[in-house]
Amino acid sequence: MSTNAFTTRRDFLKGSAAATGALVIGFTLPVSSRFAQAAAAAMPGQATGFAPNAFLRIAPDGQVTVICGLSEMGQGVHMGIASLVAEELDADWKSVKLEQAPVDKAYNNPLFGMQATGGSTAIRGHYEPMRMAGAAAREMLVAAAAGKWGVDAAACRTQEGRVMGPDGKSAGYGELVAAASKLPVPQNPSLKDPRDFRILGKGLTRIDTPAKVDGSAGFGIDVQLPGLLTAVMVHAPVPGATIVSVDDAAAKAIPGVKQVVQIPQGVAVLAEGYWIALKGRDALVVKWDDGPLGSLSSADISKLLHEATKKPGAVARNEGDVSVAVAKTVEAVYEAPYLAHACMEPMNCTAWVSAGKAEVWAPTQAPGPNQGIVAQLTGLPPEKVQVHTTYLGGGFGRRFAPDFIIASTLISKAAGVPVKLVYTREDDMRAWFYRPASVTRFTAGLDAAGNPVSLTARVASPALSIAAGFTKELPKGVDEFAIEGIGDMLYAFPNLRVEYAQAEPGVPLWFWRSVGHSQNVYFIEAFIDEVAAAAGKDPVEFRRSLLSKQPRLRGVLDLAAQKAGWGSPLPQGVHRGVAITNCFGSFVAQVAEVSMDASGKPRVHRIVAAVDCGRTVNPDVIHRQVEGAIVYGLSAALHEKITFQNGRVEQSNFNDYPMLRMDEMPRVEVHIVPSTEAPGGIGEPGLPPATPAVVNAIFAATGKRVRTLPI
Amino acid sequence: MISLSINGKTVQLSATPDTPLLWALRDELGYTGTKFGCGISVCGACTVHVDGKPIRACVTTIEAVAGKQVTTIEAMDANRIGQALQAAWIRNDVPQCGYCQSGQIMSAAALLAQNPKPNDTDIDEAMRRTLCRCGTYNRIRAAIKDAAATLGA
Ligand code: FES
Ligand code: FES
Repeated sequence: MSTNAFTTRRDFLKGSAAATGALVIGFTLPVSSRFAQAAAAAMPGQATGFAPNAFLRIAPDGQVTVICGLSEMGQGVHMGIASLVAEELDADWKSVKLEQAPVDKAYNNPLFGMQATGGSTAIRGHYEPMRMAGAAAREMLVAAAAGKWGVDAAACRTQEGRVMGPDGKSAGYGELVAAASKLPVPQNPSLKDPRDFRILGKGLTRIDTPAKVDGSAGFGIDVQLPGLLTAVMVHAPVPGATIVSVDDAAAKAIPGVKQVVQIPQGVAVLAEGYWIALKGRDALVVKWDDGPLGSLSSADISKLLHEATKKPGAVARNEGDVSVAVAKTVEAVYEAPYLAHACMEPMNCTAWVSAGKAEVWAPTQAPGPNQGIVAQLTGLPPEKVQVHTTYLGGGFGRRFAPDFIIASTLISKAAGVPVKLVYTREDDMRAWFYRPASVTRFTAGLDAAGNPVSLTARVASPALSIAAGFTKELPKGVDEFAIEGIGDMLYAFPNLRVEYAQAEPGVPLWFWRSVGHSQNVYFIEAFIDEVAAAAGKDPVEFRRSLLSKQPRLRGVLDLAAQKAGWGSPLPQGVHRGVAITNCFGSFVAQVAEVSMDASGKPRVHRIVAAVDCGRTVNPDVIHRQVEGAIVYGLSAALHEKITFQNGRVEQSNFNDYPMLRMDEMPRVEVHIVPSTEAPGGIGEPGLPPATPAVVNAIFAATGKRVRTLPI
Repeated sequence: MISLSINGKTVQLSATPDTPLLWALRDELGYTGTKFGCGISVCGACTVHVDGKPIRACVTTIEAVAGKQVTTIEAMDANRIGQALQAAWIRNDVPQCGYCQSGQIMSAAALLAQNPKPNDTDIDEAMRRTLCRCGTYNRIRAAIKDAAATLGA
């Protein structure tokens, strides 16, 4: 049942204190060894090799448990981490289990320096360290077997959970753990030659799949505890609004309503179960002072952004001189709206603040930072705060935010009982964590022969790096998230200028799958198509000609074009569009096939994607991540926008914030470029090209450019 | 007290009659496999069967299903179609985050019960109201066909 995930972990913590004979690899990530040492030092009394800085445990019965500090939100990270360890361990894949780690610095994401999952960093950051953890254990097991048999370790090999010695000797890992755990942990174990991989690079069934088809997977919203109350809140309708008055008489009169708790974020009604809590919440009468954003409107925001593109901005990139004379200019202005993440599992968190300690159970991408936040809110030292990471019903960046953890912690602290705070879908949609809106003005210049000479892009958008608290001041006036995808594009324009015009409507912002690339790759790839058309060139040929020094990007472009049959005849009314991107260390090209129905609505039939994400860990996971990212991007392109009127969000639920459905789903093909390069990210790079590929196909079909989303 | 049958077991519910079945299942009975997505009957995450028909548990009160047979994802391994679907879901490795998948399987089971050999249009029609934010639609389609094939074999 749903609480198994938690029971298992508790049993582990208990059981492992007394673990006799099990081999536990307290192997430290090379880049964070000082944290691991600090963590071990902070836990006096724990047997060496069994601090929670372990990534791997082998039981005397041969069961291998990989302990993963990253959050599983659908991207297959549990599978990815387990397979990295299992590969170098030469484990029997069928005997590998995965356990979610508690918060500990040993589990810090090496690319973030904190325990958090996002930015397509999981495999990039853990490819080597997790392999080292498995390889170290393997060497110890081999040494144990060699010692037992009185043979040279070099004469032994390993295969599917067994050590094989000379003369047909063989022992299962389980039989060797007692001896192996007495050996020193090798600090520099040797890694396999990737040619010898048996698990990595193969399509294996994900280890989280069985629990996700029988209802037993434990998501945050499924947490159950003795004495737990459910909380539903009235949230501030406008960011920065403050409570003027609360009348909770009607709410308290509802049988089953236990408490009404006011916190700075709003007013919560606590009851046994969601339904009564919701009824209570709906009976509250809360008066708000809207504050300065009470008159926010989408029309004003759009005007502000457009105006900002008319004045020079901060220079993010400047090569050559864009004022050179040209024979022909192409100009266009593109706009993208605010977007919500709309994870299928609404935001929720269970918190239990009691005397001297706090526990939270949360579907979070950032357990590490949240431990510190809860510690601050409760005045407890961080080691008295336990953060249990559940399965996440979608993340997409949204679950990097701490709002639901903060609110549930404050409510539990005030109420003195364990509290599960659940956002209604409407609360979730209106929680004010949005992908920023953006407007970009482009000018391109061509010479008389149609060769591209210059490109100017002026991006106007609020600064996510400030909104998310990364920085207070923009380095050189440029927000890196606002321009990524344009500022770092690889097209070789001899004269190129990218400017950023900061414009701040005041709407709170957040990271949305693929972040700035989600809008900027749409902008640039749709505009490049316009330039190609003005030059009278084929869209694929035109791009190729600007990418002669970019073999990996050109490689995916060529592969997608070839697999899609670029240039070959299509059924009547169906047209192609192409788009490319380089982001998160990977390269992606997509070709979309689109037709227009009688009402002028686009129908996307097929998307062919080519991906170069370096060395592949699991091709199946890559296929799914790219396909999922395409759906996420298409859904936004076709349906999604968040708009404001009188400071309020106009959308509320999936009826007015629709998303892509089964009957709109195109066929998706994903082709992977074989590569020996370092692994790139894969959760996000599939998203950015989908929208421009589709709008470019719409141009091919209709001759009309789509310069505003949704289409 | 409202009495109904959940997965073959008769239960008495202390929740008020207007309580949606979804919350009685999740909060009172601990059947958390049925999920909350929208609460207004537009996402399908809460799909369960009542007397064999798919319904949206978020907008169906327990009063409306008193005395009826409710089947949830937790009991899908107890019938042929459920078993075939779960096996096909694993073979095709359908889930990503997994949150929508109980509702997907319940919707697919209702489809196969009444149409053992659905074509693409039938699948679209039966599944289009069950949302998946992770974009697993193509794998869902493949798994439904896979399950139908094993059931027909
Ligand atoms: S929760 Fe019932 S249809 Fe969405
Ligand atoms: S698998 Fe995540 S919503 Fe469907």
